[in-house]
Amino acid sequence: MNENDAEIIEEATDEAVEKGLERLTSERISEVINQVLHKETGARFKAYVDTCMRCGLCSDACSYFLSNDRDPRFSPAAKVKQTIWEMLDKKGKVSKDFLRRAVHIAHLECNVCRRCSMYCPFGIDMAYMMLLVRRICHKLEITPQYIQDTVNSHSVTMNQMWVKEDEWIDTLQWQEEDGREEFEDLRIPLDKQGADIMYSVIAPEPKFQAGLIYQAAVIMHAAGMNWTMPSRPGWDNSNMAMFTGDNEISGRIARTFFETAAKLNVKRIVMGECGHAFRSTYDVGNRQLAWTMAPIEVVHAIEFYHELLTAGRITIKEKFSKKVTLHDPCNVSRGRGLHDMARKIVAMTCSDFVEMTPNREHNLCCGAGGGVINCGPPYKKERMRNNRAKAEQLAATGAEVLIAPCHNCHSGLEDIIHHYNLNMEVKFLGDVLFETMEKKIYRPGE
Amino acid sequence: MNAFIGFIMGPMVWISAMIFIFGLLIKFIFIIKEVREKEQYLLSYMTVRHSLRSICAWLIPFYPRSTRLRPVYYGVSYLFHILLFVLPVFLFSHIVLMDQSLNLSWPALHDGAADILTLAVILALVFFSLRRRLEPDVRFLTSVKDHLLILMVLLPFVTGFLAYHQVFLYEWMVIAHVLSGEFLLIIIPFSRFSHMITAPLTRAYTGSEFGHVRHAKDW
Repeated sequence: MNENDAEIIEEATDEAVEKGLERLTSERISEVINQVLHKETGARFKAYVDTCMRCGLCSDACSYFLSNDRDPRFSPAAKVKQTIWEMLDKKGKVSKDFLRRAVHIAHLECNVCRRCSMYCPFGIDMAYMMLLVRRICHKLEITPQYIQDTVNSHSVTMNQMWVKEDEWIDTLQWQEEDGREEFEDLRIPLDKQGADIMYSVIAPEPKFQAGLIYQAAVIMHAAGMNWTMPSRPGWDNSNMAMFTGDNEISGRIARTFFETAAKLNVKRIVMGECGHAFRSTYDVGNRQLAWTMAPIEVVHAIEFYHELLTAGRITIKEKFSKKVTLHDPCNVSRGRGLHDMARKIVAMTCSDFVEMTPNREHNLCCGAGGGVINCGPPYKKERMRNNRAKAEQLAATGAEVLIAPCHNCHSGLEDIIHHYNLNMEVKFLGDVLFETMEKKIYRPGE
Repeated sequence: MNAFIGFIMGPMVWISAMIFIFGLLIKFIFIIKEVREKEQYLLSYMTVRHSLRSICAWLIPFYPRSTRLRPVYYGVSYLFHILLFVLPVFLFSHIVLMDQSLNLSWPALHDGAADILTLAVILALVFFSLRRRLEPDVRFLTSVKDHLLILMVLLPFVTGFLAYHQVFLYEWMVIAHVLSGEFLLIIIPFSRFSHMITAPLTRAYTGSEFGHVRHAKDW
C-alpha cells in the first residue's frame, strides 16, 4: 500500500452534513445508493463505468489536479473511483466516513465544468457521475449547509436568496429611478404583455448587485428594445437545486421560469451574465420538463450584446483602453460555444486585448462554479488552494482588467485575485459596454 | 490429447469467434434497447453529423489537445490499437489457416515485418504495465484487474512470437497461443475490452451534446 492509497479522513466541518449523517442507518444508505445508481440511470451510466480504461488522460483536464501538484486523488477518474466505483463494488453498503468524503469530493472538488469529457478519449461525462453522487447526497439529506439553504430559498420563494416579492419590485423601481439620471424617460417595464423580450436575472443582482439591473435597463433603453421584467416569482433564472441533485425542485424552478415568460407572452428570454443560470434554462431545466430544447428561446447576454452591437443599436463612443483579458465561463463556452462572440464584443469595445491560455472550450474553470462557491465560507480557504492553477493562468496574461461574463466566475475570480494578490479588476461584459457606449437612444435610420 | 488439440484448433476457434462477434452485437443491441426504454431522450440529442465529427476528430493522431499533453502514451496507444487488429488479420500463418478451412485468402504481411511488429505490441504492453506502476495518477486508478487485462492481451502475442521462432516447446507454445487467443476473443464482450463498441457510443453521445446542443468542440 502506498501513500496514495491511504484513505483520507474527512474532517467534520459541515453541520448539515454531520446532522444528516447522524440520522442515517446503513439500510437507508444502501437503499438510496442502489435506487439512484440502478433505477435512476440506464445504459449510459453503465457504459461510462464499463468503458473507462483507467488511462488517466482526464487528469490534465482538472484544475484541482493541476492546482494540487498533480495529486492523483484529484484526477477526474479518481473522483469517480473514490465515489461511484466503490459504491458499485460494495453494492451501496458504504460507511458514514465514506459518505462524508463522497459529499466533499462531489460538492467541493468538482465544478462539474465538463472539461474532463473533452480530455477523455471516450468522452465519458464525469460531471454527470459527480452530479449522481450529489443526487445520492441529496436523497440521504447530507448536502452541505450553505448550498442547501439556497435550495430551501428556491423552494419557498422561487428565488435563490430569500428575496421577498416587495423587495424585488422595490429594487426594480429604485433602479428605474436611478436610470433616469441617464435617460429621463427610462422605464423598467413590469409585466408588459407581449413584449419582445423578458429580461431575467439571478437573485444576487437585486440582493447586492442592483447596479447591474440599472446598467441593463440603460442598455435596453438606449437600444430601443421592447422589453419587460416579471414582477412575480419566476424572475430568477438561477437554479441551485440543479447542482445539489434536487431534481424535483430544479424542475419546479424551471417550470415557474418558463411559465412566467409564457404568461407574459414574450418572444424570447434574455438573461444577464450568468453561466449556471444559462445551463439551467438552456440545457438542464428544459429536460426536466421534458422539452428537448428550451420552449422559449433563451439568449445569454453575450449573444444579446453582440446582436445589439452588430445591428448598430448600440454604438461605442470610445473604446476601453486598459489591457483586458477574457475568461471563458464553462457554461457559456463549453456549454454554448459563445466564446468567439464574446471575443468579437471585446474587439468592438476594447483596444488592448490579451488572450488567456488555454482558452475557449479549453479554458480552466474559475473554481467557483458548479455550486462549489455556494457551499460557502467554511470552504473558502480550501477553494483558494484548489484554484492555484487558475491564479497562475490569470497572472500569466499580465492584464489589468479581467472580463468574466458570468456571476459565479466573477465572484470566484475576485476571491482568487484577492488571495493571490493579482492586482486585476474583474468586470462583466455589460460593465465594459456600459462604460464605452454612446448614451443615446437608437432610432432606426439615424 | 489429439482430440483436445483437434477441438481447440477446430470448432473452438469458430465458437470463440462467434462469442466475440455476437457478444458485442448483443451488447450493442441491449444498450440501444435500454436507452430506448429508460432514457429515450438521449437519442433526441444525437446527430450523425456531430457523432462522426467527434469520433473522426479523436481518430486523427495528436489532434485533440488531451493527446498532445501526453504524447508518448497516446502515440504508443494509437499504434498499439492499430497493430492489435492488423497483426492477427494479416499474419501469413493465420491467412494460410483461413485458406485451408474456408478457401479464403488475402495479402499477408511480410513475416519479418510481422515479427518486428509483434515485438512492438509486446513492448507497448510492457510500457502500459510500467506506466500503471510509475505514473502516480494512473497508479491510483489501477487495480489488479487492469494488470490482468494487460496480461490477457500479452499472452497470445508472446506465445505467438515464441511459437514462430520455435525456441522451445513449440507444440505447447502453439496450444498456449491458440488457447489464449480464444480466451481473449471470448472475454472481450464481457470485460472492459468491450470499449471496442461502447467507446464509439460514448464519444458519439458526448460529441452530439457538445456539437448539437452546446455548439462547442469536444477535443
